Amino acid sequence: MAKDELMNYEKALEQFEVVIGLEVHVELNTNTKMFCGCRNEFGDEPNTNVCPICIGLPGTLPAVNKSAVESSIKIGLALGCEIAANGRFARKNYFYPDLAKNFQTSQYDEPIAFEGALDVEVPSGNSFKVQIERAHMEEDAGKLTHVGGTTGRIQGAEYSLVDYNRAGVPLVEIVTKPIYGAGAEAPELAAAYVRLIREIVKGLGVSEAKMERGNVRCDANVSLRPHGQEKLGTRTETKNVNSLRSIERAVRYEIQRQAALLAKGTSIVQETRHWHEDKGATSAGRPKSDTDDYRFFPEPDLVPVQPSKTWIEELRSSLPEQPAERRKRVQSEWGFADLEFRDVVNAGLLDQIEETVKAGAKPQAARKWWTGEISRIANSQEKDIFELEISGQHVAELASLVDAGKLNDRLAREVLTYVLEGEGSPAEIVAKRGLEVVSDDGALIAAIEAALAKQPDVLDAIAEGRMQAAGAVIGAVMQAMKGSADAGRVRELLIEMANKK
Amino acid sequence: MSELTRKSASELAGLLQSGEISSVELTQAHLDRTAAVDEQVHSYLHVGPTAALAAATEIDKRRAAGEKLHPLAGVPIAVKDNLTTTDAPTTSGSKILEGWMPQYDATVVKKLRAAGMPILGKTNLDEFAMGSSTEFSAYGPSKNPWDLNRIPGGSGGGSSSAVSSFQAPLAIGSDTGGSIRYPAFVTGTVGIKPTYGAISRYGLIALASSLDQIGPVARNVLDAALLQDVIAGHDPHDSTSLPESLGSMTNAAQNADVKGMRIGVIKQLTGEGFQPEVSARFSESLELLKNAGAEIVEVSCPSFEYAIAAYYLILPAEASSNLAKFDSVRFGLRVTPEGTPTIERVMAATREAGFGPEVKRRIILGTYALSSGHYEAYYGAAQKVRTLIQRDFNAAFEKADVLVSPTAPATAFRFGEKVSDPLAMYLNDIATIPANLAGIPGISIPNGIAENNMPSGIQFLAPAREDARLYRVGSALEKMHEDLWGKNMMAFAPELEVSN
Ligand SMILES: [Zn+2]
Repeated sequence: MAKDELMNYEKALEQFEVVIGLEVHVELNTNTKMFCGCRNEFGDEPNTNVCPICIGLPGTLPAVNKSAVESSIKIGLALGCEIAANGRFARKNYFYPDLAKNFQTSQYDEPIAFEGALDVEVPSGNSFKVQIERAHMEEDAGKLTHVGGTTGRIQGAEYSLVDYNRAGVPLVEIVTKPIYGAGAEAPELAAAYVRLIREIVKGLGVSEAKMERGNVRCDANVSLRPHGQEKLGTRTETKNVNSLRSIERAVRYEIQRQAALLAKGTSIVQETRHWHEDKGATSAGRPKSDTDDYRFFPEPDLVPVQPSKTWIEELRSSLPEQPAERRKRVQSEWGFADLEFRDVVNAGLLDQIEETVKAGAKPQAARKWWTGEISRIANSQEKDIFELEISGQHVAELASLVDAGKLNDRLAREVLTYVLEGEGSPAEIVAKRGLEVVSDDGALIAAIEAALAKQPDVLDAIAEGRMQAAGAVIGAVMQAMKGSADAGRVRELLIEMANKK
Repeated sequence: MSELTRKSASELAGLLQSGEISSVELTQAHLDRTAAVDEQVHSYLHVGPTAALAAATEIDKRRAAGEKLHPLAGVPIAVKDNLTTTDAPTTSGSKILEGWMPQYDATVVKKLRAAGMPILGKTNLDEFAMGSSTEFSAYGPSKNPWDLNRIPGGSGGGSSSAVSSFQAPLAIGSDTGGSIRYPAFVTGTVGIKPTYGAISRYGLIALASSLDQIGPVARNVLDAALLQDVIAGHDPHDSTSLPESLGSMTNAAQNADVKGMRIGVIKQLTGEGFQPEVSARFSESLELLKNAGAEIVEVSCPSFEYAIAAYYLILPAEASSNLAKFDSVRFGLRVTPEGTPTIERVMAATREAGFGPEVKRRIILGTYALSSGHYEAYYGAAQKVRTLIQRDFNAAFEKADVLVSPTAPATAFRFGEKVSDPLAMYLNDIATIPANLAGIPGISIPNGIAENNMPSGIQFLAPAREDARLYRVGSALEKMHEDLWGKNMMAFAPELEVSN
C-alpha cells in the first residue's frame, strides 16, 4: 500500500470546507430473515440457516417479514421521518458471489421512511442537526471468506467460501443528507452520529447493535471544497468502518489525504476506500461513479408495503423514550455535574452506567469505573468500550467488593483485568485467585512488627499525634504483602499499638 | 392406441370414480402412448414412469380403502419443465440447468400431488419460455401432431403437443405473453391464462415476474376448468397471489350460456394482418354466438398498437434480472475457462456456454433497457404503455362483458420459417400479449381448420378476477362447434404413426 501524503489537519481546515455524508446499515434482530422463514442468528455453523429462497434457487419468491417492516417503521419514527404510505421494494442488480440472486432486494425511490433529522452532540458540547434523507429496508448478502493469497480480498485468493446464513438478514440503511458546517469537528460528528444511531436502535430493541459483529456498519462519504465554493467536491466513500473510533480516524484521514491532493492540484478520484485500522489509513477500492449502474427497477415479485395510519400511530405511541429525553432524566437521577455527564455521553457509556446502577452500584462509582479504568483499557487495546467482555453487573459487583473492604483499588484493578480475560465474575475471581485483601490481624501484626523493627521511632511519633509517620510503615507492609493488605486496618493496628505503648 | 387416451379428463375421472378403470391402468396407457409417439413428437424432456406409477398405485389404494378423493384423483398430467419437481430434473429448456434436481416442489406441483394426480413427465419449452415455437429449446423442438413439419407453438409446445397427441389428458403451462394460448391455438386444444395472481408462481422458474401466469392446457373447456380448480388459490409463498378465491370454474363451465352476454370484438385485433381463413373461422364463431343470444359489439383499444413494443422491453428487463442467478455458484452448470479462473471469468464462461441465442438476446436487450440514461425512455415508457393498455381494457369492459379476437394472426408455421427473424416471431403474440400486460384472464379455444389444414382458434378475454366468464362463454361456444361438427376438434387431427 503506497503511503499517502497527508496535509496537517488544521491547515487542511483553513483551506477547505468539509462535507460528509453517512450511510449506516443496521441489522435487525428479527427471529427470521427478511424474505423467508430461516432463522436470523449470528454465529451458527455456516450454511445451516438457509433454504431455497435465501440461496436464490430458481423458482423461489420472496415474502416480506412483517416484524422487519415493523422494526423499520420504528426506526423511521425514531429518526423523525415520514413513513411512506406506499413503500416499494426494488431490485439492485449486480453480480457478486455473496449475492444469491445477483440482485439485492432493496428499496429505491420509495423507501419506507424519509425526511427526518437528529440533533447530534459532539464532545465539545456543540450540537449539529443532521438531516436524514431516508431509511430503507433491504436484505443482507452472504459472508465471503477468501482463502489463500495475502490480502484477504477476493483478488489473489486461491478460492472463496460463501456462508449464506447472513443472506437475507433484514437490514435498514439510514442515509443522511450532506452534512455541512461541522468543520474541524466533522470526524467527531461522524462518530457521535453513529453512536446515537446505535443508542436509538438499541433502545428500540430492534437490533443487537454490536458494531464488532457488523450489526451496525457505517460507510462514510467525505468531500472537500475550497471555502466559498458552491459546487461540491468529489467524494470518496470509505466502506464498512466497523468501530466508532475508526469512523473518527477514517474521516480525519480522508480530510488530510484529500486536502494534500487538492493542494497539489490533483483531482480526487470518486471511489470506494477501505479503512485499515492497523495502518491507520484508507486505501483505494473500486472506482465508483454516479453512473454506477445497478439497474434499479421495482421488484415485481413483491406487492408494495402499505402500512395503515393506525398501525403507524400505534407504533409511534409505543416508542421508548427518545435519547435526548433519556439523557436529561438519567443525569438528574444520577446527580452528575454537566461536565461529568458530557464525558459519559461522549464516551457512549449511558447504557453501561445505567446497567451498573441498576445492578446496585452507586452512580459515581459506576461512572468512575467506566470512564476511568475500563476506558483506559479499551484505549490501550484500541477497541470500542462496548467490545470489551464486561457487563454492568460485573462492575457493580466490583464496586461493592471495594465498598465492603474486600478489595482495595489495586486489587480491584487486577480483578478487572481477569474479568476482561473472561475468567468469570469478580466474586468468582476473588475466590478462585485468593485476591481478597488481608485483614487477618495476625498476619498484619507480624508484617507491622517486621516493618517497625526497621523504623522503631514510628510508634512514638504516632503516639505524639504525628500520623503522617504511619505512612512509611503502611507502605512497607503493603510492599511486604504484595498489595493485599487492608491499609485501613494496618493504620488502625498501628494506632492501637502506639496507644498501648 | 388405447381408447383411454382419447377420453377427456372429466370422462376419465368418472371411470376412475366408478371403479371401471384404475389409475395405474390409465397412467400406463398414457406412458405407452408416449413410448409409441414421443420419438416423433418430442413433447417430453423427461418421462417419469416410476414416480407416475407409484402415485397411481397410491391413489388406487386410497380409493379401494374408501377414502374420499379429489374429483381428478388418479387422472395423470404432464407438467411444463419450468416448474420445480423434487422427483424429476427441471431444466426450463436450458443447458444451464441440465440435470438440476430441485430441492422443493412448486406450489402447483404440490397441489397436483395433493389432488392425487400422477405426473407423467416434464414437457418441452423454449429455453426459459422465450419463444413461440420450441425451436429455442436447448433440447430440440417439439412437433405439432397435426403436421410434424410445423411448430406446436411456444413456449409451451411440449404441453400442447403432449395433450394434442394424446400423451396426456391434461397439462400445466405458463403464459407470459401467450405461451399457453398460442400453443393451444396451433394444436386445436384449449389453453387458459388465468388472472394474474390466481395461481401461485412459487416454483415457476421466472421469465418475467409481472407477466408470468401458470394455467391449464386441455382438450376441452370443462377439463381445463377442473384443472384450474385444482391449482388455484392463495399461497403465502407468493405475495402477488390473490388473497380471495375466484369461485368454481367447473361450475362456470357446466353453466355454459351466452344469452344476453355482451361480446366485444377488438377492432385492432381483426382484419389486416390476420390470415383470411383465421378471420373466416372467427366470423363464423361470432355468428354462432350471436345466434345463441349474445350481443356482439365493437370495441376499440388504440394503445394495443404499442403492446408488442412495451412487452419486449418489460419482459427482457425483468428476465435479465431473473436470470442473473444462473451464475454457476450454487447450482447448475459450471464452466471453468482456460487460464486463471476468477469468479467473473467462471460466471461469464458458464453463461456463455449455458444460455442459447434467444436468451442472450433478451438479457442484452433487458440490461440495456434498465440502464441508467435509458431507463425512462425504455422501461419507464413501457410501463406507461402498460397503464394505457389497462385503461383501454377498462373502457372496453364498460361496453362488453368479455372481449374477443382470433388468438393469433396465422396458423402454425413450418420449422425454420421464422427462427432467424425475431421480429416476425414476436408478431405471433400480438393478440395474446395485451392480457398479460393488463393482468387479465384469457382463454383460447379451437374454432375449426384454417390455412394449411391447420387448426385455428378464438380468444376470449375477461376483466381481472372474472375467469369464470371465460369458462362460461368458452364452454358454450365449444358446444356450438361440436354440435355443428358432430365431434370434438381433436377428432379432426390425423393419426400419428405408431412406432413400436
Ligand atoms: Zn431462507
